[in-house]
Amino acid sequence: MEKLYTILVFSENIAGILNQVTAVFTRRQVNIESLNVSASSTPGVHKYTITCYCTEEMAKMLKAQIEKRIDVLQARYYTDEEIFLQETSLLKISAPAMLENSEVCRIVRHHGARIVEVNPTYAAVEKTGTTEDILSLYNALNKLGVVRQFARSGRICITRGTREQLDDYLAEREKERHG
Amino acid sequence: MTPSNQELITGSEALMLALKAEGVETIFGYPGGSIMPVYDALYDYTRGERKAFDHILVRHEQGATHAAEGYARVSGRVGVAIVTSGPGATNTLTGVADAMIDSTPIVVIAGQVPISALGTDFFQEVDLVGVAQPISKWSYQIRHAEDIAWAVSRAFYIARSGRPGPVVLDFPKNAQTERVEFKPAKVDFVRSYVPYPKVDDAAVRAAAELINHAKKPLALVGQGVELGGAQQELLAFLEKADIPAGRTMLGLCALPSTHPLNVGMLGMHGNYAVNLKEQECDVLIAIGMRFSDRVTGSLKTYAKQAKIIHLDIDKSEINKNVKADVAVVADCKESLPAITALLSKADHSVWRESFKPLDEMERTKVIEPAIHPTEGPLLMGEVVNAVAEATKGDAVLVTDVGQNQLFATRYFRYPKTRSLCTSGGLGTMGYGMPAAIGATFGAPDRTVCCFMGDGGFQMCIEELGTIMEQQAPVKMILLNNNYLGNVRQWQDMFWQRRKSFTRMMNPCYELVAQGYGIPYEAVTDRKELDGAVAKMLATKGPYILECAIKEDDDVFPMTPPGMSVNEMQLEVGE
Repeated sequence: MEKLYTILVFSENIAGILNQVTAVFTRRQVNIESLNVSASSTPGVHKYTITCYCTEEMAKMLKAQIEKRIDVLQARYYTDEEIFLQETSLLKISAPAMLENSEVCRIVRHHGARIVEVNPTYAAVEKTGTTEDILSLYNALNKLGVVRQFARSGRICITRGTREQLDDYLAEREKERHG
Repeated sequence: MTPSNQELITGSEALMLALKAEGVETIFGYPGGSIMPVYDALYDYTRGERKAFDHILVRHEQGATHAAEGYARVSGRVGVAIVTSGPGATNTLTGVADAMIDSTPIVVIAGQVPISALGTDFFQEVDLVGVAQPISKWSYQIRHAEDIAWAVSRAFYIARSGRPGPVVLDFPKNAQTERVEFKPAKVDFVRSYVPYPKVDDAAVRAAAELINHAKKPLALVGQGVELGGAQQELLAFLEKADIPAGRTMLGLCALPSTHPLNVGMLGMHGNYAVNLKEQECDVLIAIGMRFSDRVTGSLKTYAKQAKIIHLDIDKSEINKNVKADVAVVADCKESLPAITALLSKADHSVWRESFKPLDEMERTKVIEPAIHPTEGPLLMGEVVNAVAEATKGDAVLVTDVGQNQLFATRYFRYPKTRSLCTSGGLGTMGYGMPAAIGATFGAPDRTVCCFMGDGGFQMCIEELGTIMEQQAPVKMILLNNNYLGNVRQWQDMFWQRRKSFTRMMNPCYELVAQGYGIPYEAVTDRKELDGAVAKMLATKGPYILECAIKEDDDVFPMTPPGMSVNEMQLEVGE
């Protein structure tokens, strides 16, 4: 059965790894839903957070094939229950429309979104949460015809487990390097 | 202290020193604009006092990579190819992909435009790392001369360790000419890469337990055994538990073909008994093989009755095609003895005997008519058999791709390790001739016999120039049926005999041979075959033996594509 998996990849900071990681998905006809790349908490290690719909069997294969790339340290896949996750979004809303229709402000407040700037032309609204939270706000505002721009980030996450698997791997490898 | 200018050498010379440090002796290559500084350094390092390498000038960069593959396959060393940027680099890609899927260690070093020109669509600029990444084990651009020692050492370490494979080094011209103080580097550890996973004791115990309870165990032996140098460990394992073993095409030399536990070749055109018995065994032990579709046929029905034990050094192979009940991820040189230690001595003679009637059926229906025909035009099987008989198992077999390959691998003998070069996974037509050139340099004391069809012969025919120049002693056996025979066979069997563009007009190969000054003989009459083979083997240097083959010679047995291995057919329309 297909479901949404979050795949976390840690790699050395060497040019061209993103290409190699995404090629693993393309070759197996899996669409990447979202992708975020950033530095990790370990110096020199990059973290990729990738979401995709696939079967668990496919998630296992993606993990194995990504880890096969020489400069990838570790790849793991998770379901939503196994991680803390967030996305962020920005909406640009017509200011005159917002003033004319009190419903706009009510919706923004109801969704716990934040107005980060208002000027005579537009208001910039920021909303952080799950995909569903963000789309719920967007859909509600969009129905009123007030959204001028909308941008949603890829998912970022941290795992719920008590062990830091990357740290364990790196410690093990350091032992092997010296022993 | 900053080194004086005298202590500095060019990046190109640094490359020479780095290659020397890796023990490189033979380089296959082709010069061009973006690799000229390296070729200038090679001038010094291929002659005189500083001579370190033999450089073999090929006629096309694809040839350089296949030659490097052939060299690597027979010698166990890393094959090296040096080419220029742009088309020189893209011409190597078929060889890189071939080496990737067949786990062959090669390092390709390609020139590149200077980094200041990268991304400007400069003359002969191509994003080599970008295109090579998905088909290579590692690809890297050496942007500055100070990275050379590290990058070259890392390249060789990655190419040869673990599951071997091709590495591509993209070498911009500025790095070739920059001056640098050469500091040797020795990479033998990459923290993100675990080439030799540790044997898991629990998995070993589970594997031994399954084998000890097996009534009908069957081993599938792949190239991993040869790559790991685990032939003795394999014999000890098989003999202790009395396990019959089939071999994949690339694993043919991993177990001597004369060994009583050898039950033949696996796969679409392998042996009949072992294909059927894959569907009857109770424990299937895959050793250093990847369950290629050519071996398994339909996965939906493949060996469903059996418990599967999979031994492989590459963890990404586990559960990729066939789900394993027990997986031991390690070099089989380590995992096999660990399992053998826990095995009880067993006698599976009844099970082994049950292969014999099926073997006999294949011998009567397929093998005898193929290797000992009495009438009609020459057949490929009998030519292969004649060469195999005459070389007494001492020769290295090189094949091209197609029927020539299937007949040659079926009917050759493999008493020795590292005796086969063939393009298994990629099925690269044109591989044979250049790979055979490489094999003559990798195993200079052995006879190298290369079987090719008329299609494949023409696909890298330009390498006849290399053979001529080097007097490379390749015994070329051209099985000419004026057809792209394997596709023709499929058209006959599955495409209503519509022979769409498989008939091929051939040149006069005698004149071609004459042009290159290569001794040539043609055989059309079976009575002359043994004499012609003997003459070829007695002639020093290269030789072309053209055999006029029956147009519609078919390879059997065959498991039709998409069908189960037990649906293997011994003849057409069975």
